[in-house]
Amino acid sequence: MSGSSATEARPRRHRTTALGGILLTPRQRQALSVASIAGALFLWWGLTRIGLINPVLLPSPGEVFDSFVSSSLDGSLPRHVWASLLRVIEGFVLALAIALPVGVAMGMSQVVRGIVEPLIELIRPIPPIAIIPIAMLWFGIGEFSKVFIIMYGAFFPILVNTMAGFREVDPIHIRAAQTLGATRLQIFRDVILRSAFPYMVVGARLGMGLAFIVLVAAELIASSVGLGYLINDARYRFRTDEILLGMVCIGILGFLLNKLLLEADRRIVRWRAARERQG
Amino acid sequence: MPGTKIDIREVGVAFASRLVNHPVVALEDVSLGIEEGEFVCLLGPSGCGKTTLLNAIAGFIEPTGGQIRVAGRAVDGPGPDRGMVFQEYGLFPWFTVEQNIQYGPRLKGLPKDEISRISRHYVELVHLAGFEHHYPNELSGGMKQRVGIARALANQPEILLMDEPFGALDAQTRERMQDELLRLWEAERRTCVFVTHSIAEAIFLADRVILLTARPGRIKRDIRVAIARPRDRTSEAFFALYREVNTLLREEIQRASEEGDERVVGD
Ligand SMILES: Nc1ncnc2c1ncn2[C@@H]1O[C@H](COP(=O)(O)OP(=O)(O)OP(=O)(O)O)[C@@H](O)[C@H]1O
Ligand SMILES: [Mg+2]
Repeated sequence: MSGSSATEARPRRHRTTALGGILLTPRQRQALSVASIAGALFLWWGLTRIGLINPVLLPSPGEVFDSFVSSSLDGSLPRHVWASLLRVIEGFVLALAIALPVGVAMGMSQVVRGIVEPLIELIRPIPPIAIIPIAMLWFGIGEFSKVFIIMYGAFFPILVNTMAGFREVDPIHIRAAQTLGATRLQIFRDVILRSAFPYMVVGARLGMGLAFIVLVAAELIASSVGLGYLINDARYRFRTDEILLGMVCIGILGFLLNKLLLEADRRIVRWRAARERQG
Repeated sequence: MPGTKIDIREVGVAFASRLVNHPVVALEDVSLGIEEGEFVCLLGPSGCGKTTLLNAIAGFIEPTGGQIRVAGRAVDGPGPDRGMVFQEYGLFPWFTVEQNIQYGPRLKGLPKDEISRISRHYVELVHLAGFEHHYPNELSGGMKQRVGIARALANQPEILLMDEPFGALDAQTRERMQDELLRLWEAERRTCVFVTHSIAEAIFLADRVILLTARPGRIKRDIRVAIARPRDRTSEAFFALYREVNTLLREEIQRASEEGDERVVGD
């Protein structure tokens, strides 16, 4: 409904950005992205082709693709991808389920915040990688310790951003709701959650990114399936093509999950998209 | 006083200041009775405490001295009986124009068709037809202000508190909105407290113009506008009163700009 074509402002063809750079249309940007990836692949292919690099250290894109086909056909690659994906999603959902309510409670109550914040600030600097040994001692080397480590990695970005969202609530919006007759619960639902929501989404995206990083680290150390395992196992077998395949898969999977969250963000936080469209 | 809708008694407001270690007195000893159905304009130099007084009536801030009673009851917090049009709009950016206007009626639990009837009515009143599904970010300053007015009106408050609601409008839209506000006020006779910088606007709208002094704000003059309605902005009587108020206001703006120790911005 918003923005009929007659009134919609479109970027002019050769307009520049605020700093004088060339401004591209979305289609031009897409074309550039495709060209960039194609260029990188070509460079990779060229380097291996002229024999400048030992093919044991860097196999050609074709070999990696062959290994993609064969491991897809024998079902091993889908099994690794699925195992990793499941762990990321389990850990991430668990982190959301804990960090969101805690963040909300800390945002709403000074008392809760006073109690929880010092603990959080002390634990937060401990990197997820450093949690791996203790998690394995506590939970063994089964599924749960990996999910736990991923949860730990995703937890803090979600929590910290949720809290920040609550601090950013504009008092004038609370006042406006009050003069319109909103109860405390309604103010919470219609004003506070609404204005904190974009921050929660940012937290979720950062958390998802970290979940991925942590996943691979956890799988490198102890597992029998998963992309991290695939990479590590391939190293013992000197299968550089499989190492690269695993790496590419992780990159693509992370990229897709981030895209998914971005899209969810764009759909749910429409009012902010309206501002971006304008500026 | 019976019939008094808003009873402001010896109200003072002081703010703790970040910069100086004594409190900044925004309002001092303000006493004012506003009758049911009366249209009162607050006029005064910038920074004299107009918004502060409105905020105290709305219940957002507690006066450091004195008391405010609305309909006989001491104010102890904001409520839907006192609608507010904010100087900085205060629109919910996550709601569309329509959702902003419908928010009050929705909270009241009115039936759906009643809610859309009300919002259609006020959307038309403020000339925003066609923009119902826009978000505030997609509107101009003047349009946002009109949404703020529509949102407050649509909730049918007994008292309307308006903080320079027409400040961001161009001269033509401004006069049209003044006409429409008066039409509405004459039809429904809600008590209105209206803050403005414009002398002409105050004289055109108000039963009484309350002129405040430069900070700390006190009541300098309580001027009854005896000009019959509908008022002619170009009549002799209008000009005469304009000149009188202008002289008084200039004294205060002058005084505000002469204050040496504290910066007071006059516009
Ligand atoms: N929250 C606050 N903390 C400290 N000082 C404040 C606060 N709010 C207002 N003041 C001070 O109180 C005085 C009155 O402010 P107020 O906003 O009521 O002025 P105003 O008459 O509405 O001005 P304007 O016409 O420019 O909107 C100002 O000097 C301002 O600096
Ligand atoms: Mg003000």
